[in-house]
Amino acid sequence: MPENSVSADLQTGSDKMVEWTDFERDTIKDIFSRIEYDVVGPAALARCLVVYPWTQRYFSGFGNLYNAAAIKGNPMVSKHGTTIMHGLDRAVKNLDDIENTYTELSVLHSEKLHVDPDNFKLLADCLTIVVAAQLGKEFTGEVQAAFQKFLAVVVSSLGRQYH
Amino acid sequence: MSLSDKDKAAVRALWSTISKSSDAIGNDALSRMIVVYPQTKIYFSHWPEVIPGSIHIKEHGKKVMGGIELAVSKIDDLKTGLFELSEQHAFKLRVDPGNFKILNHCILVVIATMFPKEFTPEAHVSLDKFLSG
Repeated sequence: MPENSVSADLQTGSDKMVEWTDFERDTIKDIFSRIEYDVVGPAALARCLVVYPWTQRYFSGFGNLYNAAAIKGNPMVSKHGTTIMHGLDRAVKNLDDIENTYTELSVLHSEKLHVDPDNFKLLADCLTIVVAAQLGKEFTGEVQAAFQKFLAVVVSSLGRQYH
Repeated sequence: MSLSDKDKAAVRALWSTISKSSDAIGNDALSRMIVVYPQTKIYFSHWPEVIPGSIHIKEHGKKVMGGIELAVSKIDDLKTGLFELSEQHAFKLRVDPGNFKILNHCILVVIATMFPKEFTPEAHVSLDKFLSG
């Protein structure tokens, strides 16, 4: 399998170092420099809660999630969406060591928040769609591949500390 | 997952907006799929070349979108309406059903890039349920 594809290895948490091409590095950094964290984050999280309603189970303390309008207008959802983007920002700044960067976050999501790691992929897919909507034509297949590879590494690293 | 009346209405409404661009959507979705998920190229190894935007991709994209158009028209009974296509993909083409999810995702991404305003979370959830059906 070509190195820059979204490899199944990433999902099984292989200890292989992730290798990034220059195009992938530049693309990922470019995307994150262009998107507004407090717009994209809230939109992606809200979309996830609407499209995959079982994910709402993790936000029972967030108040009104009764329908799409309530979810979109919910200030705690917005705040958490922005928090997520800042979490991703750490990975963007540490592309060569995402696994270690996320050790604590992985433990938090597994031991304290008890989030089924399959849900990380659902949020990643929603984030891809929101970024696609923002970037339009510029979100080409190659850009999508780089972005999804990044998210796959993030998702895998977040799932690493589960046992 | 069964489609509510609200889902069906959302799908029909979205389809009426996007259907005039269906050729472009099909081409972009398939082109994207073979780039983002190169393992899917194996299903097209009988083509002389499997590259984004090629004539084969464009033609197959048209077919795929034709299938979706058919599904929209049979939305009240997808199981019966798509029975033949389902059999064909399972027994003749032998496509691993995991790949339908992949193509669905690519279709959703293309719609997001082309119709960001219309592709609200509500439209997204209905379309996702529809495509998964």
